[in-house]
This record gives sequence, structure tokens and C-alpha cells, in this order.
Amino acid sequence: MAKGGEVKLIGGWPSPFVMRPRIALNLKGLEYEFLEEKFGAKSELLLRSNPVHKKIPVLLHADRPVCESLVIVQYIDEAWPSSGPSILPSDPYDRATARFWAAYIDEKWFPSMSGIARAQGEEAKKAAIDLVVEGLSLLEDAFGKISKGKPFFGGDTIGFLDIALGCFLGWVRVTERTQGLKLLDQAKVPGLAKWAERFCADSAVKGVMPETEKLAEFAKLIMAKFGAPPPQ
Amino acid sequence: MVEEVKLFRTWSSPYALRVVWALQLKGIQYESVLEDVSEKSDLVRRYNPVYKKVPVLLHNGRPISESLIILEYIDETWKQHPLLPRDPYARTMARFWAKFGDDKVMQSIWTAFLSEGKEQEAALAEASEHLQKLEEVLRGKKFFGGDNIGYLDIALGWLANLIRVFEEICSLKVVDYERFPLLCAWLKEFSYAPVIKDCWPPHDKLIPKFIALRQLHHAKLSST
Repeated sequence: MAKGGEVKLIGGWPSPFVMRPRIALNLKGLEYEFLEEKFGAKSELLLRSNPVHKKIPVLLHADRPVCESLVIVQYIDEAWPSSGPSILPSDPYDRATARFWAAYIDEKWFPSMSGIARAQGEEAKKAAIDLVVEGLSLLEDAFGKISKGKPFFGGDTIGFLDIALGCFLGWVRVTERTQGLKLLDQAKVPGLAKWAERFCADSAVKGVMPETEKLAEFAKLIMAKFGAPPPQ
Repeated sequence: MVEEVKLFRTWSSPYALRVVWALQLKGIQYESVLEDVSEKSDLVRRYNPVYKKVPVLLHNGRPISESLIILEYIDETWKQHPLLPRDPYARTMARFWAKFGDDKVMQSIWTAFLSEGKEQEAALAEASEHLQKLEEVLRGKKFFGGDNIGYLDIALGWLANLIRVFEEICSLKVVDYERFPLLCAWLKEFSYAPVIKDCWPPHDKLIPKFIALRQLHHAKLSST
């Protein structure tokens, strides 16, 4: 069990990327100090700990910084191997598969989600939505193959790929609400729709998944202030 | 058990080179399947339906794509000549800098290569900033992996080759000795290391290929 003061996480409550290490730390049953950044201003500690990207999240383990959300999740898994369940699968092929889809989510799927809010005009909006739906269909297929009938991508417990995708569920709900859409449609992506409910209800997730109301308010604030969706 | 290891690649891809180096360093027998740069075969489309790109490693019929993911797969499957360090923090830093290499260094150098004038100047300035960070990572080390070539050397290895190609084509100096003495030393050590040096694509084929890419890019810009 990590001693108090040994593990700190610099982050912000609305960020899905910050949620990732928080879920990982919860899964491992590790205590940590959450250092909340004020939106719009970067603290000295953040700039010092992540001089390369100047972004959250940053994990500080005995004052050594780890940056980039999925790199942090892997670090948590490897630094505390006997605490809690394994986050990455044990088989090398399954690990490669989980990493592949996590990279797809970050490089293709999540940017396509942000594309919806950014789209100007009906046609562009429809094209943006189609792209997200196409991605979800790929992920539905992946879920079927990877979970093999179990509740999560990781099997019986939440794993790396669950964390990589699940952190965006709050923002998916905000998008559904503001755009009048149903993205996690039971009819189109039944596996993912049920998985999403299980993920959000999990004890490692519940306390760190922001309420949709609060996120929607935050999104409105950002759009009003910057005229653009929140940065990735 | 006879293992079947196949690598689908193009002759010039720096991403494919990473996989070649890893397989060679570990002494793994494999078959290389050369793909056309512009037209990917049905097999590649089947093995990598999401991106339809190479490199794809096929191990006993199961495909793995994305070069850095393939590197970790190779390291986890064949334990000889480990590529990633054992210590979790050191592993994490190797992953972080490899991602930095792809996201920031590669991007800025590629932009600098394709552009001209003020745009090129700006891209070069950005590339220099990023390269300075890599220079610092090398402090006190012969290779990024320490005394031996490791994951991060392989991930950044393209630098050793393509930077010199770009410098030659654009008549520029990107990694100069004055500002980057450690990177210059590493470029030499890495390029001539056993196994590494045998895999470089032919220099005299690379030059015309990248000249053509640059011309194509400029042609597209002037037609829009």
C-alpha cells in the first residue's frame, strides 16, 4: 500500500485523461494526493514536473514525475505488481491488442468525437457524427472479440482498454445531450452500451467519473470563454 | 516448435526498420514480405483492417501492427537481448521518449523537410528545441539504452538515417556537432553498430525517393 505523500497526481476533475490514472490507482487500492489544477492557469509544480508537454495528468511517485496518461497507467501496473488486479493482460498478444485499440482511441476515435462540436454546418456535422459512429462500430466488434463474453475488455475486472475508452463516457453523454444524439445506442452497439453502464457503476470509477450535468456546465463555460471545445 | 514469423514491410519505412532491428538483435528467424508503398496487398488489408498499413508482424498466424507496439510484443515474447529496461521507472521513461520522438521530433523534422522559407525556419527551430531534450536524455550514456542498444535507440533509430538524408537533400544541417555533440556521437555509434548497420535501406535509393516526395508535396500545394 502506497504511504501517504508518496503518490501524488496533478490533474483536473473534467479531464478524461486524468481519470485514467485515478481509476488505475483505485483498482490497485493505492492512496494518493490529488493536486487539482485551476483551469486556464498552470501551476509551478505542473510546469516543473512536465516541462516537455506542460499538460495534465502527471503522476509523482516519490517526487519522480511520470507523464502521458496511458504511460502512467502502465507505470502504475508495473510499479505495484502485487497490489490489486493486473491492469494489462498477461499474454503478450492480448497486451499488444489492448495497446493497439488504446492507441486507436487516442489517435482516431477521440479526435473524431471532438470533431462533432467543432463541425460547422449540417453536412460537416453529419460527416463528423458518422465518423464517430463508424469508430464505435469497430470498438463494438473489438469488445466482442476481446471480452469473450466477460463483462469488461479486461475480462472479469476493469483493465487497460476499459480505462482507455471508459474515461470518455462522461463526454460521450455530454455530446449526446448537447447534440441530441444517441451514440451508445443499444440497437447499434449493444455490447458497448451495457459495458458502459457496468464501467460507470464500478467502484474504481464511480468516485472519479464526473456527473454529466457538471460536465455539460463546464463545456458550456469553455465554449463561451474560448469559442471552442475543451483542449485534448 | 517451428515458429512462423513474417514481417510485412516496405523497403524504406523507418517504422518497419524498428521491427527488423528488434528481430535481428534477438536472432529471431523471420520472413520479410515486401509491400508496395502505394498499393497494399490483400493480406495487409486483412491483417491490418483498421489502418491498412505496414509494418505488420505475423506470429503463428496472428497479426500485430503499429511498430512500437510490435517492439513491446517482440520483447515480451522473446526474452533474449532485452530491449526495455527492467526497472518500471526506466521503462516508463523509454516509452515516454519514444512517443515524444514520434509525436514531436518526427513531426517537426518532416515539416521542415517538406517546407521552405519561413515555414521551414520555424519547423527547424521547433525541431531543434525537441532535439535538445533528446540531447539531455543522452547525458552520461553511449546509447539511450545505456551501454547497449535498447528500445529507445530502436525507436529513435530513424533519426540516424533520415536526418542525414534530409540534410543532404535540403542542404541543411539539422543535427550539428556544436549544439548536439552527444546526438552526433550517438548517430555514429548507432549507425555502425553490428546488426543495425546491415539493415539500412540503400542510401542511393533513399535520396531520389525523398526528393520525389518533396516535389510531390510542393506540386500539390501549388495546385490548390
